[in-house]
Order: sequence, then structure tokens, then C-alpha cells
Amino acid sequence: MKQLTFDAVVVGGGAAGMSAALELDARGHSVLILEREDTLGGILMQCIHNGFGLIEFNEELTGPEFAQRFEEKVSARNIQASLRTTVLDIREEEGRRVVYAVSPSQGMMRIEARAVVLAMGCRERNRGNIRIPGTRPAGIYTAGLAQRLVNIEGYIPGKDVVIIGSGDIGLIMARRMTWSGCKVHAVIEILPYPSGLTRNIVQCLNDFGIPLYLSHLVTDIYGKDRVEGIEVTPIESGALMHEKAFKIACDTVLLSVGLVPENELSRNAGIEIQPTTNGPWVDSMLMTSLPGVFACGNVLHVHDLVDYVVEEARRAGANAAAWLSGYRPSREIRIKTGSNIRYVLPARLNPERENRLYMRSLVVKNDARLEVRLDGNVVRSRKLAHVQPSEMLSLTLGPEDVAAAGRDSVVEIALV
Amino acid sequence: MQELICITCPMGCHLSVDTDAQGEMKVTGNRCVRGEQYAREEIFNPRRVVTFTCTAVLPDGSLPGPSSNLPRRVPVRTTAAFPKERIPELLDVLRGITVRLPVARGSVVLERALGMEVNVVVSRSIGA
Repeated sequence: MKQLTFDAVVVGGGAAGMSAALELDARGHSVLILEREDTLGGILMQCIHNGFGLIEFNEELTGPEFAQRFEEKVSARNIQASLRTTVLDIREEEGRRVVYAVSPSQGMMRIEARAVVLAMGCRERNRGNIRIPGTRPAGIYTAGLAQRLVNIEGYIPGKDVVIIGSGDIGLIMARRMTWSGCKVHAVIEILPYPSGLTRNIVQCLNDFGIPLYLSHLVTDIYGKDRVEGIEVTPIESGALMHEKAFKIACDTVLLSVGLVPENELSRNAGIEIQPTTNGPWVDSMLMTSLPGVFACGNVLHVHDLVDYVVEEARRAGANAAAWLSGYRPSREIRIKTGSNIRYVLPARLNPERENRLYMRSLVVKNDARLEVRLDGNVVRSRKLAHVQPSEMLSLTLGPEDVAAAGRDSVVEIALV
Repeated sequence: MQELICITCPMGCHLSVDTDAQGEMKVTGNRCVRGEQYAREEIFNPRRVVTFTCTAVLPDGSLPGPSSNLPRRVPVRTTAAFPKERIPELLDVLRGITVRLPVARGSVVLERALGMEVNVVVSRSIGA
């Protein structure tokens, strides 16, 4: 078995992994990226549409363009990346952090690293996760799988399409399939509001006259060998209106019903996972419950913009570097989620430094106010013209905001 | 009257666009000046960036096989937003284009597409 030693190992070579690795390298630490695909870039390589990089590069790039800007920096810095490599296990052996991985060219690898950055991304929820009744014919795909088939492998999954869920990938695929010559008959959303970005509703559905059924549930899938159609039932005041159910004929169903951070590796390593995010619990340094193991990007929580992913990953990389150099926060303040907030990350705040927080609203609201309370007293308040669950919120808190904090102080963040 | 949703920011204002007796455009429902600009552009000159894929071929003209680790499609984009009503025509042209690997990002696959001041370029370096 091949034995390797690095200061840090980064698991995953997508936007988050590359961003974190660049930061570790810039601070003089040896770093190895482990990536299971044939290339670096992660999911961006199949996201051929534009809209990436408005914050990071101040221009609108396609996914591959965004990824390759990072990839070029990684190769210019001669950062090592092991491709086609699957990480099997992260564990502790005689007080050392060890990563086990395997690849066709290297076989088994045992890598000793003092720090590990988790950047595995997320995966799509599928039919089983949302329990759609009906037969099990061919022609049912997650939207991201269809995206890979169309944009990389060069296959069209079907001709008459219905999309379940109004997540961004589904909306993007509605346009992609239409431009590929397919007919997209409808997008069905269980909630009363769309879960994707407004600009995608306009440019991917309205541009093509694709109907969006809000507050509707797919209650059956028909077809023996191949999908032949679906049954759609309206929801009124929380109840299914069976007498108003209707059918849509189609040969393909795409699911865009949410993403789940991919944390099997983290769970096996004994890392504590938060139920609100399905990602690791992290402290003010984005360090998980395992000392020296950090997390960033979609494995930590599902982001809506890659620009936020690379920003967060940069911090995780910088914090991992600081941790390797011996830095430890002298104390941390607990962060609590208040009203109308689904989660706040990280779960701890460092009163001696700037803290960038990401959070998600539970509600759709105009003219909202984001309040930061220290032990019940409002220390910061910000007006927000519009909030919705699909648009992530961010906030930076510095030492001056929590100057009055005592030993057992709690910072609460709420939307009112 | 025409209904639009402004996509300049996440607010997503529902705009109503009317033309008065003098032929002057009137926008209502916008919460800021950008909404009016958006409506004007969207009505008189709607444009979209087009992203698509072209067929990848190996230097010998064959398609990449399943074991080659190379993608079978090459992602391409327009260098600027393209007139919306001519997008189907543009896609028909792009469907007929094959791109020989290796290829560098930024390589032009279609110059002055349909006579417009817009090129179509490769958005990913492959096999270089």
C-alpha cells in the first residue's frame, strides 16, 4: 500500500475543494486534493449555462469557465491532485489523522495528514426520498443526471418531459431540453411558491410558455416499460383535491426535489451531523466535531450560488492553515437560530475576529428585518426588502458587535 | 398591456407595461428605476445568452468512446446576449457543428453568428 504524508488532504476537487486547497497552499502547507472524477471541477462541468461568478469574478461565466479559472490556479501552483480516486475512510491511528483512498493507477493509498478539509458536495434527492406512488418504468431521472447525460455524455433522455419540483436544476433543464428539441409539458411544485431563483423561472419557463403548477402534487406515475404519463392533484388549504386531479402524457420525468449533502464519509468518521442542514456541525473555524477536520461548500450546507461556496471554502482553507500553525480561538460564543430562521452557520462565533455567517429563511416575506440579539438585546438590525427560503442570507459580525458578551452569552439571529 | 417579472434582483417585481395615447411607455409595479429599464429592454430588444453543446470528435474524426475519459459534447456559449427571436435559428446552426479535440476554451466555433456582432465560443478546454 502506498504511504503518503501531507499537511492537509482535501476530499473533493470541485469549486469548494480547489478553493480551500489554494488557500492552504498559499499559506505554505503541503496539500493533496482527492477527486473521484476524471477532471477537477465537480458539478460545474455539467452546468454549461451562464450565471456563475457574478460575485467572485464580477462577470457572468458558464460552469466550466468558472471551474477552469480555479483549475488553472491549482495547476499553476503545482498543487497535487489525485484523480479517479475514491476516499474510503477517515480515521485516527495512534493519534494521527489518516485518510484511506483508492484509485486505478495508485491502488490503495494511506495518507497521513494533520488537517482534512471535507468538500464532497451534495447529491440529488430521488423518487424514493419523496415517495411518489405508481409503477416503476424507465424514463424517470433526477434533473442533474439528465443534465450530465445531455451536456457531457451526449444522450437525450426522452422527448415529452414533465419536471417534478421547481428547483434550479429542474428549471435549467426545462430550457436545456426545450433547446434540444424536446417538449417540456409542465413543472409541478408542491409548495405555493417556486423553490428556484426568479430569474430561472422567467428565463427557463416563461420564455418558452412552460406551465408551472404551484401547490400541486404528482400522485401517480403510469407506464409499464416506459413512462406514459403522470397524475397531478391540486392542493387547496393543505388538502388534496382528488376530484380535480388530471393527467399529463409524457415519456420522461425529471426530478428536481432538493439536494442532500453527501456525508457518508463524515458519518463513518464519527463526525456530528446537524439535522437542519444534513451537514456537519462546525465551530467558528468551520471545524467539525473531529479536531483538524474542516468542512465547506455543499457538503456543509446546500448553497444556491457557487460564489458563496468558494468564499466559504477559502475561509475553511485559511482556518485549516491557521489551525496547522497552532492557532486556537481563546473562546467562542454560541449562536442560536431565532424566529423564521431555518439555520445559521457556523454554530459558534469567535469574539476576537470577523465572523461571516450564512443563514436561510423559513418564510417568504417582503420588508423583513434581520435582528442579531446578544443575550436578548438587539445589537444589530438590518432591513431586507425581500427574503425567501431559496435565497441564502449572509451577515458579518465583528468583535464590536459582541463586545458586551460574557462567559455564557448567546447570540440569537432572527427574522421579524 | 403586458405583464413581466423583473429579474434584475431577487425581489422579482411584477411589472405592468402600458402604452399611453402618445405612444409613451408606462411601467408600473416596479419598486426601483431598474425595473423600468428592464421592461424597456425586454419589450423592445429581448436578448439572452445562449449556452449549448456541439458534437466532439477525435482527431481521426471518430466519436470519443466510453473508455476514453473524454466528454462526447463540447460546451459552447455566445460571447454576448443574442436576440431572443433568432435563438431557434442559431440552435439549428450549432446542431450541425462538430468540434475536433483537443480544443481550448475561447476557441471560436461560429464567427458573427447569423450576421450579428456575436461569436459562439468553446467554454471548456478539453483533452489539451
